[in-house]
Amino acid sequence: MSSNGKMIRKKDLTFWQRLYIPEILKGMRLTIAQMFRRKFTYNYPEERFSPPAPFRGRPVLVEENGVERCVACGLCSRVCPALAIEVQAAETPLEKERYPVKFEINMVRCIFCGFCEEVCPEEAIVMSQEYELVFGSQDEAVFGKDKLLVPAEKLHDRLEFLRQHR
Amino acid sequence: MPFWITLIQIAVVIGVLLFSVMQIAYIERRISAFIQNRVGPNRTGPYGLLQMPADVVKLLLKEDIVPKNATKSLHDLAPIISIAVALSTFAVIPFGDSIELFGYQIRLLIADVNVGILFLLAITSLGVYGITLAGWSSNNKYSLLGGLRSSAQLISYELSMGLSIIGVLMIAETLRLDQIVQKQATYLGGWLPAWNIFLQPVAFVIFLVSAFAETNRLPFDLPEAEPELVAGYHTEYTGLKFGLFMLAEYANMVTACAVTTTLFLGGWHFPYIEYLGLSPIAESLLKVAAFCIKVAFMVFFFIVVRWTIPRFRYDQLMNLGWKVLLPLSLANVLVTGFVILLFS
Repeated sequence: MSSNGKMIRKKDLTFWQRLYIPEILKGMRLTIAQMFRRKFTYNYPEERFSPPAPFRGRPVLVEENGVERCVACGLCSRVCPALAIEVQAAETPLEKERYPVKFEINMVRCIFCGFCEEVCPEEAIVMSQEYELVFGSQDEAVFGKDKLLVPAEKLHDRLEFLRQHR
Repeated sequence: MPFWITLIQIAVVIGVLLFSVMQIAYIERRISAFIQNRVGPNRTGPYGLLQMPADVVKLLLKEDIVPKNATKSLHDLAPIISIAVALSTFAVIPFGDSIELFGYQIRLLIADVNVGILFLLAITSLGVYGITLAGWSSNNKYSLLGGLRSSAQLISYELSMGLSIIGVLMIAETLRLDQIVQKQATYLGGWLPAWNIFLQPVAFVIFLVSAFAETNRLPFDLPEAEPELVAGYHTEYTGLKFGLFMLAEYANMVTACAVTTTLFLGGWHFPYIEYLGLSPIAESLLKVAAFCIKVAFMVFFFIVVRWTIPRFRYDQLMNLGWKVLLPLSLANVLVTGFVILLFS
């Protein structure tokens, strides 16, 4: 196949193409040109990848004015295909009337599909840009509210992205 | 020249060779990484230069496993043959002109064999025993296939390699590598270095292609074609013995580059050095440097070719060897003979 997608038969080759050597030199020019291109990989612990807004990192709960937006409707735990989310609701004197007394995501089970974010009526659970998830044990991998709550300002990029594309 | 000087030369050459072979493995990893838009090993030491020493230490500390049904004696012998052959070819390669040190006139060449090229060809063809025995003694079908492929490949490419050299020999009228270089250290028409690459371009291409096949480098690395044969002949090797095979592979590459340099790129000849008016010692050292630079360039060429051309199919390999390179090298000998007859 040539670069324009046309099939080239062996009998259609020109003399210089049949000779093979000029074609090899052409290929080597391409290979050497690649050496001076920008590198795709990062020197990981020193340089880190900062993902764009569409990136689906670990799911977090949005915290506004010190309180989570979540009203503990349980839709996220219902839709979660990996059964990673557990919500327990309770009453609160605040305007929203309900709040999750317990909100746990098992990060070993989470498959980062983003269904919880899609289904959430309050925009209370969103996928963040954090991707460095390391656990020493199964228990450590269950994230409670203490780890899940993230102030809304930090999630600005993602919230903005959702506003535009949902 | 006293005996002890030769001993020192051997020590220096082996030391430099082993060190450079080790670092060439690093350079190859780094260059291949750059070609693939990666960074490559850069963690161990400055710029990752200590990566290969670390790998060698790792290989030394690994357990040596011999498969249950393998023939242990042959299994042990194979890597030794490979490395011995790879290192001993360097004995006849002149890496510089003579140099005067402490009142001795030292020729920068370990053994001045009067049939230098024949010695070279003979020794390199012994290398096939290492690979074939490794494949055969491992008692593993993939190893055996790798060994068989390599023996067939080396035998068919040795032929065109030898025939391509004949053109060079006809011009040089000698088998001594030393004198072949000396012959190239002149000028054609007063300005172009009389390197054999200009006099014998076809032979150069044939020799180069055969050298790739002889060193089992891509595009001719069928004996260890990973997708088909796991790792080919050294599938069943671990630790130090595996390390010896890798070392032999890279040493073979350096030797092939050195031979190409000697035969076709003018060896240690540094063009126009006699017009610079340097002291004799500086001139000799520059000539050694010229040899090293030429070899380094060839090694770079080998590495770039590896990442440019995909592996040949086995029938294509045999077709190229027997139907293209062999007739071409015969024709080259014929034409060279006619030209020499007409112009002398």
